[in-house]
Amino acid sequence: MSEKLLVNPIECAGHGACAELLPEMIAMDEWGYPIVDGRPIPPALERDARAAVSACPTLALRLLRS
Amino acid sequence: MTTATHGAPAEDTATSLPRLLPRSGQHPEDWHAHMARHGRLPYRDRPGDLILDLSAAGLTGRGGAAFPAHRKLSAVLDAADKRRRPPVVIANGAESEPASDKDATLLWLAPHLVLDGLQLAAEAVGAEAAILYTHTDRRNDVGRRLGQAIAERVAVGADRVPVQLAEAPPRFLSGQETALVSHLAGGPAIPTFLPPRITERGLAGAPTLVQNAETLAHMALIARHGPRWFRQVGTTAEPGSMLCTIRRADGTPRVAEVPLGMPLRSLIGDMGPDRAVLIGGYHGTWVPAADAMRLTLDNASLAAVGARVGAGILITPPPDRCALTETAAAVRYLALESAGQCGPCLNGLPRIAAAVTEIAVGRQRRQTQADLERWAGLVTGRGACHHPDGTARFVRSALITFAAEIELHRRGRCSGTSRKAFLPIPRDSARTEEDWM
Amino acid sequence: MLRDVSGINSSTALWYTSRATGVVALLLMTAVVLLGLLVTRQGRLPGLPRFAVTGLHRNLSLIAVVFVALHVLTAVADSYVHIPLTAAVIPLASPYERLWLGLGAVSLDLTIAVVVTSLLRRHLSRRLWRGVHLLAYASWPVAWLHSITSSPDLRHGALFLLAVACALVVVLAVLWRLAAASRDVPRAERVGHLMSALHHPMSALHHHRAPNAPQSRAPERASRL
Repeated sequence: MSEKLLVNPIECAGHGACAELLPEMIAMDEWGYPIVDGRPIPPALERDARAAVSACPTLALRLLRS
Repeated sequence: MTTATHGAPAEDTATSLPRLLPRSGQHPEDWHAHMARHGRLPYRDRPGDLILDLSAAGLTGRGGAAFPAHRKLSAVLDAADKRRRPPVVIANGAESEPASDKDATLLWLAPHLVLDGLQLAAEAVGAEAAILYTHTDRRNDVGRRLGQAIAERVAVGADRVPVQLAEAPPRFLSGQETALVSHLAGGPAIPTFLPPRITERGLAGAPTLVQNAETLAHMALIARHGPRWFRQVGTTAEPGSMLCTIRRADGTPRVAEVPLGMPLRSLIGDMGPDRAVLIGGYHGTWVPAADAMRLTLDNASLAAVGARVGAGILITPPPDRCALTETAAAVRYLALESAGQCGPCLNGLPRIAAAVTEIAVGRQRRQTQADLERWAGLVTGRGACHHPDGTARFVRSALITFAAEIELHRRGRCSGTSRKAFLPIPRDSARTEEDWM
Repeated sequence: MLRDVSGINSSTALWYTSRATGVVALLLMTAVVLLGLLVTRQGRLPGLPRFAVTGLHRNLSLIAVVFVALHVLTAVADSYVHIPLTAAVIPLASPYERLWLGLGAVSLDLTIAVVVTSLLRRHLSRRLWRGVHLLAYASWPVAWLHSITSSPDLRHGALFLLAVACALVVVLAVLWRLAAASRDVPRAERVGHLMSALHHPMSALHHHRAPNAPQSRAPERASRL
């Protein structure tokens, strides 16, 4: 079962915690908003991905089962 | 395939156009004219029945996205069955693209076809409520006439589902599906983020079908004459006819019903090599005349130049206008019409607009075009709707098609001699929350 | 209620522990509220990564709950005065210091609601979570009142100053947060704002600032929470 990251761009306020916790898959654009790698999350990064999702203060970052 | 089983008069409806628009000029078809020409509304008395015909016909949405109509209806029907909730059907006549006039024209000239389609769609998905969403002051007194048309149908018992007229705010996004639902729910006409899709959960939590007004009109005819009839014009992959808004250099906009696959040349005329045509409106693509003359009006052909049919808008500015300057004005409008909800769009579109303006006034700096490319990439696919994507596509196509003009402007010159605006751009932008309601 | 401190016994130890954990709980709650306000404005703690603000806010709130639990349990266990366990969550259930302890129960009830909804946040609607979370603005002052009225410790000396400092800091932080929010640009005006800034011919943004200047982002995002 693979999971993918998804950002709700309306809820996202550009807090930036996600990019700090998962730099391998989330980069920040020049305005502070996340550029998310939409590919399936490699098993090694699953824990960090959950941490990133959990750290988002607006719950904009979510994990989608695919 | 059924033909004329509902008392429609014997008429060569096979390959002759127009199908949707009245044959004789600009006279709106009232109920009697509509009945005389098309016959009675052919209810199927079986939900889902029409969907098979639509699938065979290959009807795709005429609102711009070209999504297969039968799939949308199926999705709504399935959601309604699964969740045991009656769906809502909405005829989208918002036509919020300023350069487009075809839905307004259709609603003015042949409202009963749209209303027929609305009833048939409602029957097909088992809906109990229907809404016609449009600008009631867009053309003369279309609001009043639509109200009258609906009342007429109720009086003769033609409608099975009550139809409510709803007003669309004058925003570019007001025709976007989720923005439309958001507005009908009492809020501003700004998009919401999926999931769930509105076919699953939309207005008041019910499965919602949003279908372009023209698409519904086609449905009303497919229901009468069958899928094979529908396929008698158009191409195999993209069958049927469509309404186009054509703004040629010489005159006022013309709305014509044309078969898909028609050569662009026949629609916009012969054009000299240094001209360009805008295909698809402000989320569309500028295409050099040389290319356009070889293309046909269908996605398979237009894909070669990165363009799409969209809502059938074709604009050819006259040679005395500067298309680059016009583009800059259009991009400023698009930026101002951003809902301002998503960071990349909110930050990107104004900067893109400023950069295009810079180029148009001949003040581009060394990094302006590089910035534009970067920003176009940053905004694409990162909003809740496709407004930034379409804007980026429009801008990129301008940078490519008008490269020579850009160079001219950089040297302080311009090939345009008239400052009169050609592209229709609304003057009033949204200032407060009220303007979105 | 003054205690006889001549003899140290287990009851005294429990009573002292209750008072001490109460003070710590109040301090922790104060820190949690301040961090929460910082989160709403996307503020940062100097030298710490961005996720630290949210992380600390959550972790400290859980530690605060532990200290409140200790505070309550030791007070109940202490046999000198009779405080039924139910008084921890049911206001006015304690015959001892009925009103002041009642405040503590109210504050704890609110805190439990905030913490539980936050732990279950993923499964709740945004609106419900947010509505309940706002109760924190009620929970803290009630906890503070409970502290001041129930404990004579906090009414003189260093602890009094501490209590006053906590109140002052929270009030100032809330005022700061309200002032900042009032300067936020409403959604419908955000893009117009940025357009004016970019298209104004004399704009410094346009000519001198780099595209990614932090200030250029300031008008374009209202806080969410």
